Amino acid sequence: MSANVAAAAKAAPSADTPAISVKDMRKCFGDHEVLKGISLEAHKGDVISILGSSGSGKSTMLRCINLLETPDSGEVRVDGELIKMKQIRDGHQAPADIRQVERIRANLAMVFQSFNLWSHMTVLENLVAAPTHVLKRPRAECLEQAEALLKRVGIWERRNYYPPHMSGGQQQRAAIARALAMNPKVMLFDEPTSALDPELVGEVLRVMRSLAEEGRTMLVVTHEMGFARDVSSKVMFLHKGEVDSVGEPKEMFARPPTPQFKQFIANFNK
Amino acid sequence: MDFDFYLSTMWSVLKALPLTLEIWFFGIAFGLVIATGLTWLRASGHKLGEYFTRAYVFIFRGSPLLVQLYLIYFGLSQFDFVRHSPILWPILRDPMYCTIVAMALNTAAYESEIFRGALRAVPVGQIEAAKAFGMPAFTRFRLVTLPIALRLALPAYSTEIILMTKATALASVVTIMEMMGTAQKIQHDTFRPIEVLTCAGVIYLLLNLSIARLFAWVEYRLSPHLRPPPEQSQQIKPVPEVL
Repeated sequence: MSANVAAAAKAAPSADTPAISVKDMRKCFGDHEVLKGISLEAHKGDVISILGSSGSGKSTMLRCINLLETPDSGEVRVDGELIKMKQIRDGHQAPADIRQVERIRANLAMVFQSFNLWSHMTVLENLVAAPTHVLKRPRAECLEQAEALLKRVGIWERRNYYPPHMSGGQQQRAAIARALAMNPKVMLFDEPTSALDPELVGEVLRVMRSLAEEGRTMLVVTHEMGFARDVSSKVMFLHKGEVDSVGEPKEMFARPPTPQFKQFIANFNK
Repeated sequence: MDFDFYLSTMWSVLKALPLTLEIWFFGIAFGLVIATGLTWLRASGHKLGEYFTRAYVFIFRGSPLLVQLYLIYFGLSQFDFVRHSPILWPILRDPMYCTIVAMALNTAAYESEIFRGALRAVPVGQIEAAKAFGMPAFTRFRLVTLPIALRLALPAYSTEIILMTKATALASVVTIMEMMGTAQKIQHDTFRPIEVLTCAGVIYLLLNLSIARLFAWVEYRLSPHLRPPPEQSQQIKPVPEVL
């Protein structure tokens, strides 16, 4: 019996295996505990908006999922596969198998607040670099896909531009196209519109909305209440390193389940 | 003005240019190899490596190249084991090799500092992006860190190369008849320091001018992203609405 259970646990991910599952994640920076035991499950097609005031740990949580930050404890599973960690000194841990981490990262494309496009490469080169060098796909095929993606996000005309020559909105759309070029299972957005001028936010949100509509799995750390309410399938509100409330967006915004969340959205509506 | 004398001096000094370039080339080539090793040692994070490179930079950047050259050429041959070593002695008894060794050791100290600074100045976000897309450490270094760091290092590196061009003149004090040595010999023979040293100075100037132009060209080629976009003047089709 127990052997069967073990075999089942090792089997290929079934339909209801969460694309991402985080259990009891903790993280300290020095004496400051940023994450105090966060759990999260994202199923295929989920678009989860992660809200919270600054310092609530939302970006850190996202960065702990693809190990840009190393969580102190807790477990992260991607498509059921546990990211193996090993204990190092005084309660900290480190990835046990960097190859595994790299393989998983390739499935979790990330979009950053400050775009982080590679400045010495053209837009097209930015889109082709990781698929050819990480996924080892043929260059011609990657170029073709890159051009299609750039058309989709509306900056094909700028394919031979260098990132510093484009507006913030164009850079962020290029960064989203770069993430899409990896054919990722899950996309992680770390405040994708926070560094943009207000009039450029719309063009990026439109791209993100179209991604949500085609059923992509997305974790979006954001301050865009409209996106959280209208586009995402789930809203998660972090407060002081803990999950304060999780729920269906319309419901959450109509009837805030906690005083903290009520206070939070009240500040936004001012 | 005695044009014939200027011309003949110019010609004599120019004949020593290949020797100057030889010292220059091997000095900076070996220097680059040593500097790369030092930078790697410093960046590797090992305490011992860091102490070693710090001490190295302290010594070779802190003392005059002339002192280093004298110590290597005149100083090291005082030791019996150097004179009896089948590897060291063929190198250290030859003033040409000694100059190249001194220049390489000296420039490596400066260059390793240039490279260290350039590596540290690579924007963290761009390295993080490479990590987040699953690039292994070496790929990350080759595709992102190194290309950016090299561009950052280039201006300071070109200055160091120009300093090295001028430093080749020190070879004349250990009997090498490169351009400066040749000029000094003509000066001693003719007692016409102004004409002779002007000739040598002009050739050094032209040499450094070409080196500076070469580096400026490389820098220009490598940094299209730091210039205004070439198509800026042309009409660009409006970016269409998404979807």
